[in-house]
Formats: sequence, structure tokens, C-alpha cells
Amino acid sequence: MIKFTINNIELEAEEGTTILEAANEAGIKIPTLCYHKDLKPYGACRLCMVEITKRGWPSLQPACTYMVFDGLIVETDTERVIKSRKVIFELLLARCPDSENIKKLAAEYGVIETRITLADPENCAMCGLCVRVCAEISQREAISFAFRGDKRVVQTAFDKMSPQCVGCGACAYVCPTGRITVEEADD
Amino acid sequence: MPRIGPEDLERIGREAKNDICAKKGTSGARVLVHMGTCGIAAGARSVMTALADEIEQRKAEDIVLVESSCAGLCSREPMITVEVNDKPAVKYVDMTPDKVKDVVAKHLVGGEIVTEYAFSMGGERVLQGRNVAYRLNVMVCTCTNCVANGALQIKDRLDAEIKARDLGNEIQIAPTGANGLCVRGPILVVQPDGISYQSLKPEDIPMLVEEHLVNGRPVKDLMATPVDGESPIPATQDIPFFKSQRLVVLRNRGVIDPSKIEEYIANDGYRALAKALTEMTPEDVITEIKNSGLRGRGGGGFATGRKWESTRKHDDDMKYIICNADEGDPGAFMDRSIIEADPHSVIEGMAIAGYAVGSTQGYIYIRVEYPMAIERLNESLEQAKEYGLLGKGILGTNCDFDITIFKGAGAFVCGESSSLRASIEGRVAEPVSKQIHATEKGLYEKPTVLNNVETFANVPVIINWGADWFAQIGTDKSKGTKVFSLAGNVVNAGLVEVPMGMTLREIVYSIGGGIPGNKKFKAIQTGGPSGGCIPASLLDLPVDYQKLSEAGSMMGSGGMIVMDEDVCMVDVAKYFVEFCVDESCGKCVSCRDGGEALLEILKRICSGGGKEGDLELLEELCSAIGDVSLCGLGKSLPNSVLSTLRYFRDEYEVHIRDKKCPARVCKPLFVYRVVAEKCEKCGLCFEHCPSQAIKWEQNQIAEIIEDRCTKCRICREVCKYEAVITE
Repeated sequence: MIKFTINNIELEAEEGTTILEAANEAGIKIPTLCYHKDLKPYGACRLCMVEITKRGWPSLQPACTYMVFDGLIVETDTERVIKSRKVIFELLLARCPDSENIKKLAAEYGVIETRITLADPENCAMCGLCVRVCAEISQREAISFAFRGDKRVVQTAFDKMSPQCVGCGACAYVCPTGRITVEEADD
Repeated sequence: MPRIGPEDLERIGREAKNDICAKKGTSGARVLVHMGTCGIAAGARSVMTALADEIEQRKAEDIVLVESSCAGLCSREPMITVEVNDKPAVKYVDMTPDKVKDVVAKHLVGGEIVTEYAFSMGGERVLQGRNVAYRLNVMVCTCTNCVANGALQIKDRLDAEIKARDLGNEIQIAPTGANGLCVRGPILVVQPDGISYQSLKPEDIPMLVEEHLVNGRPVKDLMATPVDGESPIPATQDIPFFKSQRLVVLRNRGVIDPSKIEEYIANDGYRALAKALTEMTPEDVITEIKNSGLRGRGGGGFATGRKWESTRKHDDDMKYIICNADEGDPGAFMDRSIIEADPHSVIEGMAIAGYAVGSTQGYIYIRVEYPMAIERLNESLEQAKEYGLLGKGILGTNCDFDITIFKGAGAFVCGESSSLRASIEGRVAEPVSKQIHATEKGLYEKPTVLNNVETFANVPVIINWGADWFAQIGTDKSKGTKVFSLAGNVVNAGLVEVPMGMTLREIVYSIGGGIPGNKKFKAIQTGGPSGGCIPASLLDLPVDYQKLSEAGSMMGSGGMIVMDEDVCMVDVAKYFVEFCVDESCGKCVSCRDGGEALLEILKRICSGGGKEGDLELLEELCSAIGDVSLCGLGKSLPNSVLSTLRYFRDEYEVHIRDKKCPARVCKPLFVYRVVAEKCEKCGLCFEHCPSQAIKWEQNQIAEIIEDRCTKCRICREVCKYEAVITE
């Protein structure tokens, strides 16, 4: 068993456990958006950043992908963590101005408004939950990310009706912003 | 071509040298056309064609024409080097097809140097084998030719004279390989003075030691190169651009035919690989690299030896060596030039790394926009395989190592290690967490060494000349030299290699020749989009990893963009952020949306919409983006904003508060106006304005119609009376 501390609480976990899994187990709350317990961690939303100390050197690391090791010291709510977390919430609010879910989550961490304007807000946080659930759970790989940077979108191949899609609706189910909806089609 | 053993390298090198001499034939001439990508862009191909035509017409086919690489001074290309018999080589710059015909007629056929176009004579200062701990290094050529002419007696006499005068601590005598002038052997070269002596006899030595080595007065009568004053053409080593450079990585630039492995072998090529395989254990190699202090030249500056050691330690049935040639910083061309000039130095470095860590497979990840470098690599790999310098049983030992080229599609993020691996594996190039290092689980989950082109090119030199030799060059924590691509508002733009620790001032003013048009230096951008801008007040900063990062920039892979007073620093920050936003993979929120947020604010400031609190918001965003982004691209994205805010905050404030751009770059923040008192009513501005934005009639003062003006600056440039101003 690996021994480490989160917020000064001494904990133990199996090798390969992530900080987020250990924190959830211990009832320590860390905000997440792109994480789902049944999917592979992705590390895209950067909300779960926590401060760790390794060989005396502090740094911010994503709790969802970072694995615990012996002697690891984790702090989930340092000033440095909170400062950047608030900026991430402001960015998410700018990206998804209509998402009640994100508004609610941001409010929990004290962020009500955003000072940031983005050219093309689209209510998609690019968390990739839909892409991963389609590949890992439904095993259809009907959608994926296309393009890069600020042009990144979630699409079916060539943005055409996908023969891979079986209409299971898993993508809409996991979508945290309500960007994906399921429509009944005639055929 | 037969597979060779370590003992054959000397012979192949010698034969290659003889071959070069023999091919010079009756005319005794060899012309190197410097045809790097830069040279070709400047018109080297038409120069090459003109040369070939002229030579054919004059039926002087025994003149050897060589497609060589960039000689460093890109701003004076097309450039050629003419070697006639055993005379010092002459470099000609700014060549055109017409000028080159002149050179053929007068120099190659007539034997007279065309002083009108000649730039310099002789070679560059190569640091090979020079021991900087000594005041002077005397290099005695001990090639077969020179030995036959009595080089060993010369060396014995030198040793005796040095001993008799008790100068052993100051002066080092070192035997070296052939240096090309050996028909006039014995030859010796005194460094760092760069003076060569020829046709020496043992009885010359006491006087030479007394005069040059003790009293510092070079002995003209024994010199191989005529000294200054006797020749109207300066020595290459005295030309400011070349004078302060010290070549280690670029040791073969512009002097060999990079398409011939034999020429590389003739210049000590593959000796380091042979030495590593036959005289050193893998652990010895790693120790040597560790002791040399070599740090990664690709950006991060991680200790190369430690990386190799860690990869060696992780036991696995397969390990990989990757050479990162995905150079993509705007204004940077170091890696491309190294590969074009000396591809085998990179291949040899990789093979040594393979032996050291126990890997049998290497990859060179190179962007497809570098077609010439790729071609060079392809032919070089082919040649190395034919000689048995790659493949199974290298040099007759039981060491196997092969290299495959992987062409990247030119996405900047692929220079990031985990994206690069994903790209080779056929996945989308997106970074992943690097908690487990590539040295443990890298490409295909196997232990992997990933180093940059320049890092690998340093390796053969370190093995050949030793860690101690290498570690003398540079500063305390940054060893060796660094290759920079000097670009922007600088007189001599090109590829420069300098010892670590040289000041920015020396690089910009001594080597770069200062700013064109007597304009003022404003800033130098180092480290590419991840780096920062360093202001004039820090021009005396010694360039090394630590000092650059303390100044808010970074070494990066070695881009250096010089900016003069006409550059707007807010606009510069906007440019680099825009580049990063364009190149971001888009995976993590901080880099994708954070970058875009920065860009939106900067665009607003540059177009007059800046408001109170913008700078604080920029700083908050920068701090978060740098702290939480997934990979190096995102983490370093804010650097251009942070460094310009640190050194040029007042310029941001003028943009926001006064809605003015002091450098007159941000178009919405200034207008052009005609000063009535200065206008001579000539109408030149009216005539040249491309957008009919000038009102003018005969004998009338011109007037600019603001709505139509596109601020193209033409009116200001054509006005002979400086009547057009900006405000």
C-alpha cells in the first residue's frame, strides 16, 4: 500500500490510484468536469488541479491523472490552486454561457461572473466525455474531435450522418453542458 | 560498397581527401556553392546553373562543382567558396549568374581573385581539439603526408622547446588529422590565433616558439596564409560575423559535400562511434556525456547524460532513440541547417546514443516542410547502411542500430514529446500526462530517449575530444556552444554558433553587425513562441540557460529575433500568442480558451479598445495558463505577454490610456497627416497612393482623406520633404 497525505490527512491506497480517486474515497471534494468514474481520465478541463510537493518542489498537477506515490503531499485548496481554478471557471463560463451546470459549479467555488469574452462561445467545454463514452462504453467511435486549437469541435466523421451511431444517447447523457441533444428521426 | 570495420575509417578518410585533390585535376579547382534551403531561396540554383554552363562552355570540366550547405551568413547569399590548388579558400557573396561567370573567367581560369566580389579568405574557427584551458594550442598535423615530410620530428622539437622553456602549463601541443594543406606539410596551426605555418623544418622551431608562442609575434615567412595588408581580402576569421563564432556542432558547415559520407569520414566522421563501440562500455559513454555537462538543445535544457542513464536503467526488450527535428518556431532554422550541412553528425550521435542505452531502433521525426533536409537524411542513411555504420553488426561489432525517418505534417505541438510519440504511433498528436517519464515508458510504452538534432550533433565531438574538453567551453551550468538563428532587424542575418555565456550585445552587434539603418535596438526575442523579449537594458546578459530564464525568456531551441525601434511590443506579444493559439491542440481549457482570451484582450488593446484592468486581467490569465496547462506549449504560451509586460509595460499603458501606438504599428491608433508648411505641392503622394486617399491638385497642398487611408505608408516613403507624418 502507498502512503501519502491529502490536506494533512494520512491516507493509503493501492499502487496506480490517482489523487482524485483517493480523495473521492476519503470524502475530500475536488471539482471536476471532464472526469467520469467509468471512463479513462483525460486531463482536459484542468479544474481538478491540486498542489503537490515532490522532492521539496511544489507544482500544480491534475488530480484525475496523477498517481499517488509514497510520501506524496497533496493540498487541494491552496491559494495557488484557488487562484487558477477561478480563472478556469471564468474561461468555462465564457465558453459555455448558457450552461446551468457550469454556472452552478462555478458558483460553488465563488465565481459568478466572467471578465472574459471569447469570439465564438458554443456551450461545449470540449471535455471529451461524449467522445470517450462513445468509444469506451458504447464502443461505436461514432464521434471524435476534429480540427485543433480554438477551431476544435466534436464531430462525426466528415461531419456526415454516421453509420457508426446507433442512437444510444450515451453522449447526450454524459454531456455536462447540455450541448448534445437526441432527436427522434423517422427512419 | 563493402561493410567496413573501425580500422577502415582512416583509409576512407584519406582516400576521400586524395580524391578531392585528384579531382581538382589540372585546374586544381573546386567550387562549393552554398545551397542550403536559405541559399536556394536567395537564388543559389541559378548561380549553380550559370557556373555549370560557364564551365562547360570553357571546356574546363575538371573544375569540381559541389552542392554544399549554408555557410552561415544567410543575408549575403547566394554564396560560393572557391578552392584553387592549395591556396586558402576564397568566399564570394551576393553572387548572381553574371558575377559568377566573371569568377570563372578571372579566378578559376585566370588565377586572379576577383577582389570586387570576394568577401574573405580561409576557413572559419573550428574549436575541434583546442584546449581552452591553455593559453595557446599548437596543432601539429600528423597525417600520412605530413609525417612523410617530417611532422614527427617537428613535434619532437616543439615538445623539447616547450619543456626547455617550462611552458607546459600554458601551451598544449596536440597532434591532429589532415587539414587540407598537407601537400605543403608539415603543417602546424596555432590557436586561438588561427595562424597556420607550412613547410616547416625542425630548425625553424626554436625561432617560431620564441617569436610567436612566447613574444606573440607571428612569423610571416613561415605562414601558410598571407597576412593582412598583403592581401586586399580579409581572412574569414577576421570578418566580424565569423570572428567570434566557435564551431563545434557546425564544424563541417560549408566545407564538405554533405551528400558524400566519405567527406564526413575524412573530417573525423564516425571515429566517435568506432571509439564508443570498441574502446568504451555503454556506461563509459553515458559517464562521458554526463561529465561533459551537455544539456538538451531543444528547449527544456534537461541533462542529456541523465536522460540516457535513466533509459539504460529501465530494462526492456525494446528501446527507442528519437531525434526531434520538428523545428517549428517562427524565425528558427538551426536544426534544418545542421541536417542540411552535416547529416551524418546527427546520425552518428544517434547511433552512439543507441549503443549507450541499449536501443536498436531510432526515429528521426522531421517536418515535411523540410524537403531538402529529408532528402539529405535519406541519402545519408542509405550510405551509412551500405558501409555497415547502421544496421546489424555495426563496424563489425555485435551492436545493431537502425534509423527510420518519420515525416510530421508540420503541427507545432508535435515538437512536444508526448504528442510527437502519439504522432509516430499513428494517434492524434495530443499531449498526455508525463508523470511517468519517456525514459521509462515512451514510444509504444517502451523506454525512449528523445533528444533534439543539435544535441545529437554534439555527441560525436564529446566522445572524440572528451568530456573535459567540452566542459571547458561555456559557463558554469551551460556547457559547450549553442547554435542560434539570428534574424529580424539585424545586418548579418544567419546561423551562428557561439560559446555559451557570450553576451547578447556581442551576438547582436559584433556578429550580427548591429541594426540596419542606424536604428535603435529595442528588444531581442529568444526561445521562439515559448520565449520572451529581452530589452536593451539587458544587452550585456550572458546567454545561457539560467540567465535567459531569469530574464523571463528561455534558450528554447535557439531562435533569436532582433527588433528595432519601429516594432510595437504589444503587437509582438499579440503575434506570438496568435501563433500559439493557432498551434494549440485544443485539448486543455487553459491553453485553448486561455490563449484565445489573451488574444482577444491584446487585439482589443491594439485597436484602441483597451480599458482599465486589462493588464491585471492579462497577468491573472497568464499566471493561470502557465500554472495549469497540460504541456509545454500551454505552460510557456504566456511568456511573450509576461516578458513584454515586464519590460515594456509603459507601451501597453500608452495603448490603453492614450489610445496611441508609440511605434506606429497598430493601425487604428494613429493617422497620417500632411504638414502644410513642409508640403512642396509636388503631388508624388497623390500619384503613389494605391487607395485614392489623397486630395491634391496642381499647386495645392496635399491632404489625406482619413476614411480611405489604409495606412500603407507609401505616401510617407515617397515624400521627399518629410511632409507626411504620423500622429
